[in-house]
Amino acid sequence: MPGGAPAHSKSSNGGMRRCSVGVTTLTDIFLSASAASLAELLAFDPPGWGGNLLRGLLASVGIACGSFGLGLLIGISGAYGKLYGSPMVRDLFGLYTTIVRAVPELVLILLLYFAGTDLVNRLLTLLGYAPVDINGLVAGICVLGVVQGAYSTEVLRGAILAIPQGQIEAARAYGMSPSLQLRRITLPAMAPYAIPGLANLWLIATKDTALLAVVGFNELTQTTRLAAGATKAYFTFFIAAGVLYLALTLVSNVIISRFERYSRRGMPSVVETR
Amino acid sequence: MGAAPKSEWLQPHRITLIILAAAIVLACALTMRWDWLPAYLPLALQGIWRTIWLLVVTVTLGIALAIPIGFAQAAGPAFLAVPARLFCTIIRGTPLLLQLWLLYYGLGSLFPQFPWIRESFLWPYLRQAWPYGVLALTLSYAGYEGEVMRGAFAGVPKGQLEAARAFGMRRWTAFRRIWLPQALRRALPTLAGETVLQLKATPLVATITMVDIYSVASRVRQETFVTYEPLLLLALVYMAITGVIVFAFRKIEARIPARLG
Repeated sequence: MPGGAPAHSKSSNGGMRRCSVGVTTLTDIFLSASAASLAELLAFDPPGWGGNLLRGLLASVGIACGSFGLGLLIGISGAYGKLYGSPMVRDLFGLYTTIVRAVPELVLILLLYFAGTDLVNRLLTLLGYAPVDINGLVAGICVLGVVQGAYSTEVLRGAILAIPQGQIEAARAYGMSPSLQLRRITLPAMAPYAIPGLANLWLIATKDTALLAVVGFNELTQTTRLAAGATKAYFTFFIAAGVLYLALTLVSNVIISRFERYSRRGMPSVVETR
Repeated sequence: MGAAPKSEWLQPHRITLIILAAAIVLACALTMRWDWLPAYLPLALQGIWRTIWLLVVTVTLGIALAIPIGFAQAAGPAFLAVPARLFCTIIRGTPLLLQLWLLYYGLGSLFPQFPWIRESFLWPYLRQAWPYGVLALTLSYAGYEGEVMRGAFAGVPKGQLEAARAFGMRRWTAFRRIWLPQALRRALPTLAGETVLQLKATPLVATITMVDIYSVASRVRQETFVTYEPLLLLALVYMAITGVIVFAFRKIEARIPARLG
């Protein structure tokens, strides 16, 4: 590498100067590499790991989107079940949300990951098909979706309860069918109440994808650990991944506040009462 | 569920559900493999103890750290408020697993390079995993709870603080007697939820070789090739601890008068 040698000698010069003082600078501690080798480590092409990190980020975002969407679907039906269902349905949903919210996600992921794939394969063999190797992406989305569903059930239940009762009664008085009522009245009317909670859930979903690293799925955290282990530049890669996660959070916050302003249109503006 | 009177609680469908649940539990007990349990029981108890110890220590340290962080954001000068807000944003914006691995692998690979650290009395501890686990969990709890404390400090009515000044209290006395107790009371309802979340975060330390109840379960699974039973038992243990936490906080909340100024 033509660029590598001078950069290296420069860094070792700096190192010698520092050695004479006997202090390691902050750059050395937190990046454990000079700027040139940093660029090399995070390069997009194969010797660097930048491309892999971005692919990991993409996988994380994909799983977060999928599980958040699945959680939302479960949440809507769960909230309806808890509010309007028969006593049995209410209790079953209550059991579901209580259990999922009391057991660590890591345990649920292991349990659902193994039990889920096992169950699907048994079902397939029972029906006479060959067992399939279930895609890690799909399994991850399903598992995190079930976890998200429990939390969004509670969020949406609270939001539906916050809708002024008269609006739902008016919709019934107009003779709307339940599905039309859901689409035209309940969902739009509860959105301003639900969005802060759902925003929190989305941020939790993006961070929970990291847990899939434990079952060996190649999302951002797992990729980062592989990269860090291979190059021994632990600080560099973990901080780089942290920056990516943080960027995802901050970008999400901007988008969420847009959504919130849109869903609150026509409502009296609320000054934050903190 | 427990708050309702018994006659209301025990409805016909609930009886059906209870019978069904009992049948499932019985089926699990009879058809699944539990022969590994006696051999691993001491280890499991030790793991449960380690998990609870980790929870109590990190929650205590986390609250102690969250109070200054929240106060700096709510009422501190900019040079304290900005770093505190930055800290909360970073902790809340990145996964705990990443923070844990950053501290364990990063600091763990950094410390041996310094001879004076290797010679210090701390080195025997720094070579183990638990200081990093405690540090990561404490920082995480402080980050989330610091945000709660910020709201709690800001939510204490101005009149209370003005009254404290009018009584001639010095700033420290007013903080200790008026501001902090009222803020803590405001933060208490969220504390139970945060503590349950913290419990659910503790199994992550198993990834850095700490032996908590989660890692005991994984060890059983690896050594005996029993797949589901340890996980089911593990889920049960966590549910029991969650129940204890929720119950304890409900007791504490009931003891503290709820009326806020």
